[in-house]
Amino acid sequence: MFDRRLFTNFDWTLLGVVLLITAFGVINIYSASSSYREIGTPYYLKQLYWIVAGLGLCLTVCSLDYHMLEDFAYWLYGAVLILLVLVLVAGKTTMGATRWISLGFFNMQPSEPMKIVIIMTFARFFSRYPVFKGLTLKELVRPLLLLGIPAVLIMKQPDLGTAILVSLIAGSMLLFVGVRWSALATIFAAAVPTVVIAWQFLLHDYQKKRIYNFLNPDLDPLGSGYHIIQSKIAVGSGATFGKGFMQGTQSQLRFLPEQHTDFAFSVFAEEWGFLGCLLILTLYLFLILWGLGIAKKCNDRFGSLLAVGVTAMLFWHIAINMGMVIGLMPVVGVPLPFFSYGGTSMVTSMVGVGILLNISMRRFMF
Amino acid sequence: MKPLNNILPEDDGGGRRIIGLSLGACAMFFLLLSRLWYLQVISAEDLIDQSENNRLRFVPVAAPRGAILDRNGKVLVSNTPSFSVAVIPQDVKNKEQLIDNLARYLNLDRTEIETKWNKGQGRAKYYPLVVASGITRDQMEFLEENRLALSGVNIEMKPIRAYTNGSLASHLLGYLGEVSEDELNSERYREYNAGDYIGKSGIERAWENYLHGTDGGRQIEVDARGRFLRTVAETGSSVGNTVMLTIDLDLQKAAEQALGDQAGAAVAMDVNTGEILAFVSSPDFDPANFTGRMPPEVWKKYLEDERHPLENKALKGMYPPGSTFKIITAIAGLEEGLIDEHTTIQCTGSYKFGNATFRCWDHKGHGTVDLKKSLRESCDVYYYKLAERLGVDRIAKYAKRFGLGAPLGIGLENEKGGVIPTQDWKLKRFGKKWYSGETLPVGIGQGYVLTTPVQLASMISTVANEGTILRPHLVKRVVDSDGKVLQDFAPQVLGKTGLKPATYRFVKEGLLAVVNEAHGTGGSSRLWEVKVAGKTGSSQVVKLRDSKGGVPYRFRDHALFVAFAPFEKPEIAVAVIVEHGEHGGSAAAPVAGKVLRAYFEGKGVIKKPVPKAVPKEEEGGEGVAEPDTAPPAQQ
Repeated sequence: MFDRRLFTNFDWTLLGVVLLITAFGVINIYSASSSYREIGTPYYLKQLYWIVAGLGLCLTVCSLDYHMLEDFAYWLYGAVLILLVLVLVAGKTTMGATRWISLGFFNMQPSEPMKIVIIMTFARFFSRYPVFKGLTLKELVRPLLLLGIPAVLIMKQPDLGTAILVSLIAGSMLLFVGVRWSALATIFAAAVPTVVIAWQFLLHDYQKKRIYNFLNPDLDPLGSGYHIIQSKIAVGSGATFGKGFMQGTQSQLRFLPEQHTDFAFSVFAEEWGFLGCLLILTLYLFLILWGLGIAKKCNDRFGSLLAVGVTAMLFWHIAINMGMVIGLMPVVGVPLPFFSYGGTSMVTSMVGVGILLNISMRRFMF
Repeated sequence: MKPLNNILPEDDGGGRRIIGLSLGACAMFFLLLSRLWYLQVISAEDLIDQSENNRLRFVPVAAPRGAILDRNGKVLVSNTPSFSVAVIPQDVKNKEQLIDNLARYLNLDRTEIETKWNKGQGRAKYYPLVVASGITRDQMEFLEENRLALSGVNIEMKPIRAYTNGSLASHLLGYLGEVSEDELNSERYREYNAGDYIGKSGIERAWENYLHGTDGGRQIEVDARGRFLRTVAETGSSVGNTVMLTIDLDLQKAAEQALGDQAGAAVAMDVNTGEILAFVSSPDFDPANFTGRMPPEVWKKYLEDERHPLENKALKGMYPPGSTFKIITAIAGLEEGLIDEHTTIQCTGSYKFGNATFRCWDHKGHGTVDLKKSLRESCDVYYYKLAERLGVDRIAKYAKRFGLGAPLGIGLENEKGGVIPTQDWKLKRFGKKWYSGETLPVGIGQGYVLTTPVQLASMISTVANEGTILRPHLVKRVVDSDGKVLQDFAPQVLGKTGLKPATYRFVKEGLLAVVNEAHGTGGSSRLWEVKVAGKTGSSQVVKLRDSKGGVPYRFRDHALFVAFAPFEKPEIAVAVIVEHGEHGGSAAAPVAGKVLRAYFEGKGVIKKPVPKAVPKEEEGGEGVAEPDTAPPAQQ
């Protein structure tokens, strides 16, 4: 029987903030894509379809008790791992990267669900693992293996952005669980040679180039440096009050690349200025703190870990995307949740919100 | 005791850590906000300057199109540099004055420049618009000297098409033209810009996606008035893919020479693969005329030529197949058991059906005629009678089995399918029922029957290989600029006719007799070294009581010939149509003979040109039926 408390406890604030951000996103996509000669359905309309689909999924996810996820976590982890291996063996290659499995009617990108699945896996792993004084180096071996296998597989595709994201999400959860200072120090000490080795053997030339260009965009102002230069000009020329809706010269003259997807925030920053950015940033910060609040209020460890994981996922997307468009981080192709154009990102983020809502409305169930 | 999974986060410091994570998040957001503050408040002035000046500007550099080669790698189409004039609208102070100046300096029509300018509306104002292409070196120098009066004008180097062999295979290769407004708005040309050249016909159009390379560009720094300061960076354009055709350049040349000045088409096809070896539509045109500005007098000449040089007759020309269609009627008769190789009829020179009299081309009559003789001497009466017994639908059934009446998917746009009439077809097309008197001309390939030269080549090829309908195709492979094969086109079987082997045997013997026996109508295609089999035809253009002498060109019958060789192990099939050439045997068969000769010379089967011995021409004309019910034949 449906428990009435579920409806009474529904987290309208969370949903409201998310819907507010998506609304800004759609308006922004409308402006960002207005300089394109569009054929067929316009981007903003397609984005609306994705939002509706995402919301549907979000509500479905929050209607089922999240404790079910605990039972499925390892199975899902195994299944997505198999898909990741399958991608490397028989994936579809586009522009030099093999990230998709062609299912005929659409292309599936298994690294995307891995973001959610790693959260569930870690939540499940640590929910039954009492930690009192922080994880020791020895105790870290198993979780790091759980993370390492998918991370390396994703890196192989190559999809550096997603590999980093998955690692950051898992890393945040580890920090939440607690890691001993001694273990942290050892990891950092080991990280230095690892980075050197990764740079030498794992990173592709174009990825290295992006990092060089991030450090000095003027090296290749037409190539990968172009993104950063044009994006910084767009953001900065928005000044305090912005150039006005659909008045951004950088975007309307199409100086900005991928302006409705990864660089959507630059368009917003140019047109709405510092005040607009402040508003969006506040909304995102509120969302993150609210997510952490859900984790805090949750009565069981699994739910709490899940909430931290989902919040971390949203947080790192926001931090990396914004950092990228304002020249704080290299360009790694990470979308801004609820804001950038794109179905995959919208669906993943909405599923995440569904999980948060789920935990939030069931906090009184014990 | 609590179950393990109910240990609260607080138990291991979870609450404290949530606060820690929250503080971390706040710090990150503070960092982002600080950076935004730095960019949007502190550095705003400088960045506004940069955005307003748009100091970095992208100048597209057109990619050279991929080459088109023949089957042996000989160049058919390549590229050569040309100069064009582009305007950056944003940098133009006085549009009217600039257009005036350009029109004067370049000796161009003012409205022409204006039209091109208007094409670029709706695009970014900094994007260069090509207003004149193919300017001369003198014009270019003149513009350079007058740069001051021409702010916003740039001269761009663009590769243009070079047609190594002039007008050779022009209909097949096609030509380029500037992308039109409508095309720009279509999905297919989404990535294109105003002023871009695209394939407008032939291979150039059908294979546009492969031939068109990726445009490169230069990042230049300009001042606020758009004047060039320096090139900041450059990305190379990447040349389009090379398309290797199935055509053999030498055979194509031979076929074009064989057709000469005559209007018509010739298609040669590999019987075992469906590869088109020669593809001629005559008269041709010079594709170079279409690159840049076409002189009006040339355009007028093309349009006024009654032989329609711009029409691709091999692909889109629909002609009554005339007596070449008797092959189908004969096959239908044999398969339906209405005749065998011994069945005879009496030809008295005409056949009465109801009130109409259907005449044989030989008014004296052929006497006793069996299947072989009916094909060899192209007796019309034999096929009138056979058609009458078969009925139009049964004839159509076999014609369609050979792929007639529908496009074969040769790989060029607007391929025509022709018409194979049936009772249903007439009802749908004209809303009238079929009269049995209309069936008789169908039996000799007249009346409503229409086929294209490509279809006739395919039909005779299917007869030659005894039942495998192969898709005629023009592209052998696509190779990228590094020489890597992107696509290789294997033979594609469209279907099988599923006929009895004996049917082919009897018909092929008849076709062999057409070329090699006394009284055969196709003797002028005979080769001594290789056995050729074929069928002549002539198709009525307009019904004339007296077609002897003094008939104006446009009313003369079309001449047709289909053939394959070698008879024992067929390799090549040829279909030739000479518009208004009157008799298949005298106009079309010699053309096919020359094509076949060139093919076997190329293979070394025929060592050196041997003086041709043409047997005495026996036929006087054929297949001209005059039934009262016959609809006017179409050209």
